Amino acid sequence: MKPIPFFLTASLLGLANAAFAGTIRVEPGADAQARLQSALIDASPGDTVEIGAGRFDLTDGLSLDIDRVTVRGAGPDATILSFKGQKGAGEGLLVTSDDVVLRGFAVEDAKGDGIKSKAAHRIVYHDLRVEWTGGPKAGNGAYGVYPVESSDVLIDKVTVKGASDAGIYVGQSKNIIVRNSLAMFNVAGIEIENSYNADVYGNVATRNTGGILVFDLPNLPQKGGHSVRIFKNRSFHNDTPNFAPPGNTVAGVPNGTGVIVMANRNVHVFDNDIADNGSTNIFIVGYRSSFTDTGYNPLPSDVLVSGNRHGRAGFAPGPQFVGGAQMVAAMGAVPPIVWDGTGSNIQVKDKVPALSLGLKDPKDRETASNPAIADLSHGPEIVQPPAVMLPPSMEAAIK
Amino acid sequence: MRHALAALAAWGVIVSASPPKQVDDALILGDTLPPSLSAFHLLSGPYGRTPAKAVMPYMLNTPLFSDYAEKFRFLYVPNGRKIGWRDNGVLDFPVGSVLVKSFGYPADMRRPGKKIRILETRLLIRRESGWIALPYVWNADGSDATLKRAGARIGISWIHTDGLPRTISYAVPNVNQCKGCHDDGAGGVALIGPKAHNLNRDDQLEALVGQGRLDRLPANAPRLPVWNDPRTGSIALRARAYLDVNCAHCHNRNGPANTSGLWLDWGQPWGPNLGIGKRPTAAGRGAGDYDFAIEPGHPERSILTFRMKSLDPGIAMPELGRATVHEEAIALLDQWIATMPVQETR
Repeated sequence: MKPIPFFLTASLLGLANAAFAGTIRVEPGADAQARLQSALIDASPGDTVEIGAGRFDLTDGLSLDIDRVTVRGAGPDATILSFKGQKGAGEGLLVTSDDVVLRGFAVEDAKGDGIKSKAAHRIVYHDLRVEWTGGPKAGNGAYGVYPVESSDVLIDKVTVKGASDAGIYVGQSKNIIVRNSLAMFNVAGIEIENSYNADVYGNVATRNTGGILVFDLPNLPQKGGHSVRIFKNRSFHNDTPNFAPPGNTVAGVPNGTGVIVMANRNVHVFDNDIADNGSTNIFIVGYRSSFTDTGYNPLPSDVLVSGNRHGRAGFAPGPQFVGGAQMVAAMGAVPPIVWDGTGSNIQVKDKVPALSLGLKDPKDRETASNPAIADLSHGPEIVQPPAVMLPPSMEAAIK
Repeated sequence: MRHALAALAAWGVIVSASPPKQVDDALILGDTLPPSLSAFHLLSGPYGRTPAKAVMPYMLNTPLFSDYAEKFRFLYVPNGRKIGWRDNGVLDFPVGSVLVKSFGYPADMRRPGKKIRILETRLLIRRESGWIALPYVWNADGSDATLKRAGARIGISWIHTDGLPRTISYAVPNVNQCKGCHDDGAGGVALIGPKAHNLNRDDQLEALVGQGRLDRLPANAPRLPVWNDPRTGSIALRARAYLDVNCAHCHNRNGPANTSGLWLDWGQPWGPNLGIGKRPTAAGRGAGDYDFAIEPGHPERSILTFRMKSLDPGIAMPELGRATVHEEAIALLDQWIATMPVQETR
């Protein structure tokens, strides 16, 4: 082939993108599985796959592996992808390509996770609903939306109900915004795990077992979670009894917890409304299971809790909250903020009582605990990480 | 083992009667996605049961389990090109190579190799830009197979080895699912099966060298145990061989399941990442009532085989291509876990 000058190739490519960026429409009806999956395979970068209003009864998981594709429905109550009859695949929809926008549809009753995206950078989840329609049940799938191993993640205006692990879960990722979303009837409402730089704001977490969780676990490719800001959220009335399978980390989440920070560094919990959580409103702890990963730090550090508005808390501690019943007997209720006593530079500036369990090792929570109200209002300054900034294209995609 | 040999022999009978055909190298190297399998001239005859002269059948020591399907594997290397030897990982196939795998079920598994209904043929084609994976589904009269990039489900019944009828909804993977397993960790498609140690049997490698298709063969080439042949390795080695072939294409440090922290590749050292005393990460209800992927001494409490025993898509592992339970493999893995030294994990 004759060599083409570089500038010409570049401009030809530009033209091609502009000329062929198109829309593939898929309507409900017979053979929805094959038609929808074909559209997701046949799409070219820049295309939009538009899913019409109605109910799509799907028999297998769907997947998208093309960069720069927008999957758009007619709205989270209008376009419904039902996986009630799913026979295979670990999730309803799997995305493995970059710069993908998902918006305006619902995923119902997936057998595993609702929507998973793996190593899918700059992904946008907007105006979506993921729901297990039978209410909270152990047989529901694990995660509602599940971006993992990705840089630049935006979750905006997403509703998740009924996940048997976390409704909105972001794992092993960097540069994350979760905002304006609703998590109800999940074991964990919103969970940021093994991740760096996350802003979680403007969300509502209610009627979950635990509202908003910031966790770090050992033995994973990315660990040492840090730089997380939880602010302007409402985490209230989380009262669903824990229905997670027993082996899962979240099976240890006490019924009725507003916010949990576990084994993370530089976490800021501020300006939230947290109320009516039966175990406690804010719980700061180390990782208490045994592990052999020498590169793992199981302790929390540099955690700042400030300016939150607290309602009632600790009136009905869950069975996972060791010593809770005794605290209610002794103090009338578990205080709204509880720290297990491990880690370093844990500061609480909220004007409510904070309880320290006085542990030296997070593993001792079951046995040796010496709870006492503690003044945690002072300590070395903890500098807040800067606001998470995403590439402008991601914000533009939902304008 | 006997199954596979019988099946191979059945192919051999047909091969000897096959008319010569010229494989279409231009189509292989081109950039189209041919809608019909016949266009390649890799296979001919009903259900493509006759490979072209240059298309060589091969077998693996430990194959991937695919719902008890009989699998017929062939490789094609273009004239004048050679496969490059690799001590570890898959062999280096030259551009223009094709790996062909047909899937089918005998009417009665007690008589393998007889009355086989071929369902689909999958191609992995090495183009200049890398590998591509294409699934073709056979039409009703077996005259040709049609490209099904979106996958398909096919109802299939057979008499199982226990003499009882089985019926499943067999899944032909869509192209994303092909890549989901054949993932090179960098956005492309990779081979899984044809590693030197897995191909090293029945003098296959020697034959490839003899035909000028493989560039070299070191003395004492490594050999993967045959998972169900005790003469080829200990329980532990055969269990590891099974995990390497059936799980490690996702469960490795760079694979699609790397974020689970459960890595089951052949070279993975003993420890939490191999599952020993490892708590689940994002397993959801896949964890069942159990705390560890592998709890030494306690197969009945190990998530690894718990998930292999399930057919529920929210629990089952592997996630794709399994609508039946591989009882024999579970027996091996349970035995392996049961005989591990019990350690303090709780």
